[in-house]
Amino acid sequence: MAKADVLGESLWDAYSNKVTTLMNNPQHQGEIFDAEAEARGNKLIVADFGAESCGDAVRLYWEIDPKNDEIVNSKFKSFGCGTAIASSDVMTELCIGKTVQEAVKITNIDVELALRDDPETPAVPPQKMHCSVMAYDVIKKAAGLYMGVDAESFEEEIIVCECARVSLGTLQEVIKLNDLKTCSEVTDYTKAGGFCKSCIKPGGHEAREWYLEDILTDTRKEMDTATMKAAADAMAAGGGNFEEMTLVQQIKAVDAVIDDSVRQFLIQDGGDVEIIDIKKNDRGIDIYIRYLGACGSCDSSSTGTLYAIESTLQEKLSDKIKVLPI
Amino acid sequence: MKVYLDNNATTMCDPLVVKVMEPFYSEIYGNPNSLHKYGTAPHPAITKAIDQVYTAINANDADDVIFTSCATESNNWVLQSVWVDHILNGDKNHIVTTEVEHPSILSTCKFLEDQGVKVTYLPVNEQGVVEVHTVKSFITDKTALVSIMWASNETGMINPIEEIGKICKEKGILFHSDAVQAVGKIPVDLQAIHVDFISFSAHKFHGPKGIGALYIKNSQALSPLLHGGEHMGGRRSGTLNVPFIVGMGEAMELATKNIQATMSKIRAKRDRLEDAISELHDTFVVGERNNRTPNTILISIKGVEGEGMLWDLNNGQIGASTGSACASADLEANTVMLAIGADNELAHTGIRLSLSRFTTDEEIEYTINHFKEAVARLRMISSSFAKQAPTKGGEVQECELHHH
Repeated sequence: MAKADVLGESLWDAYSNKVTTLMNNPQHQGEIFDAEAEARGNKLIVADFGAESCGDAVRLYWEIDPKNDEIVNSKFKSFGCGTAIASSDVMTELCIGKTVQEAVKITNIDVELALRDDPETPAVPPQKMHCSVMAYDVIKKAAGLYMGVDAESFEEEIIVCECARVSLGTLQEVIKLNDLKTCSEVTDYTKAGGFCKSCIKPGGHEAREWYLEDILTDTRKEMDTATMKAAADAMAAGGGNFEEMTLVQQIKAVDAVIDDSVRQFLIQDGGDVEIIDIKKNDRGIDIYIRYLGACGSCDSSSTGTLYAIESTLQEKLSDKIKVLPI
Repeated sequence: MKVYLDNNATTMCDPLVVKVMEPFYSEIYGNPNSLHKYGTAPHPAITKAIDQVYTAINANDADDVIFTSCATESNNWVLQSVWVDHILNGDKNHIVTTEVEHPSILSTCKFLEDQGVKVTYLPVNEQGVVEVHTVKSFITDKTALVSIMWASNETGMINPIEEIGKICKEKGILFHSDAVQAVGKIPVDLQAIHVDFISFSAHKFHGPKGIGALYIKNSQALSPLLHGGEHMGGRRSGTLNVPFIVGMGEAMELATKNIQATMSKIRAKRDRLEDAISELHDTFVVGERNNRTPNTILISIKGVEGEGMLWDLNNGQIGASTGSACASADLEANTVMLAIGADNELAHTGIRLSLSRFTTDEEIEYTINHFKEAVARLRMISSSFAKQAPTKGGEVQECELHHH
């Protein structure tokens, strides 16, 4: 919250003049009947989307010239709020004169842009952006009916946020590239989840198949796995950067070096060493060890032996290593 | 013509009320707690206002009526202080309320749930009313408080407060009622009905915004919400808001002195409006008329989405309200509408018209005409009444959007 939110916005004042005008006087509201279309040698397609019990419903009418698939006339009927009616009206306008194949490319973003008074100012406040989504959905449904295919087939990718039309692929990519950690960061980077908010988590305006929260968690898990896998692969290949290894890998690596180059000498003297912990800090990597057996009482354990262990590990793994006996 | 039919949201401040408030800004401005004559100058007016308030709800002299900033504060005070007094520092752990309370009750209950309190949200019947046996069956020996609204802001339906009061008294459980929609609209007699606490607010009965009150039976213990000086016996601190207290007293007297006559005048206009708009086909009004506040209509109009209807009414200079999800900033479906359980469509097609004693017959006639025109226009656009059937496969079987 800040000064601008103390009073809060007035929903209707945020509508563009075009939305207001079309709500008051929609240009393409009405019906086309089968008989009329047939008489003109055209094919009528009528598609519904939504229902009164969901709060929004639209019926789209396309009169199509079967010779060239052109939508020669289009009408709509809508049960919905002002922005739903204005969106449906503009959608109908955008369909007229296009072929079915062209019309199916119209998105809710196009509908919202067509409702703007000036290109820079949104036509509706964020939570109303969702009203234009139905326009997009009903077009796909009508095109599916005409072409005899499933409406879903027009969607090349999974759209997670319908309001801002952000795909699953885009979200995963942006999360990875920018190392995003919270949903609000995802919204800031992609606009997804910034409108009706349904896609952020379950329990919003409508149920969704994909939620930003889950996508973020899964993508981050995937990122962590990838990091670990890379480290493991590097180690398997006989190297890898010690500093970037996971803790378990680091312990294994340290143990391997001690096994190869140190342990045999300690055992000869009746002692041994175990790794207690490895801690990364600003200065470097601290490896905590504990001497066992005879080493515990050996004077050299805090001087010569310690120096030998430390320099071996520095040489084989990382010069940032410091060995601390406890 | 301009018609304001959203009086359950707030009301016009009666010019007579404004008039009695005026001297207490720049003329009689002393702090009533001061010892000097500036401080004592407003005392007669405050005393009068207190009398007016006690008379209006027939409070006993042994009861307390404490002025607050609004009914939201009064509601918060009761819930939070019962929590402190009887749950944190007592052996109770449970509060009973309803699903259809005002957010100032529901949000506070959610907050208390986060603090570990058990809260039961009682359902309402299709009339929007809480049934007495339901209340009875959910009370346990751990129940600290029952809080049930006197009348609903959305539907105007009146709950059986007298019977619930009897049960609570019998079981020795504290009973609070949010009476915001009752005080000033219907008779509230606190010597005839047993309630431990009621909340109310001046701006709902033509008083100023920013003042409310909490009635406390027999001056019983309730920890303060606002700590500070010794105002109002230390029960609610903060310098007395003299002009608002004076205005609230006056507004209460004006609203209640001839309440039966005022109610029947408002009811006649409401019934005229309700009958006329009910002539439209495929409409229904929520709740039995006789058990409703006399100023309220909640009507569902098939095929007409609530915000669209508000828009058209607004174009005709008529201010109304809707429980439609689309009209709220968060798009959430209206919980009251859903709780009535009648039909999901009601949550999107409900229009609330709420009158006041200032509503005129001319305004009602104008509204009837404009309302019918708006319904006709929106039904013409609506898909709900379209004649051409969808192409085979183009129908919608059920709500694909999966709203609540």
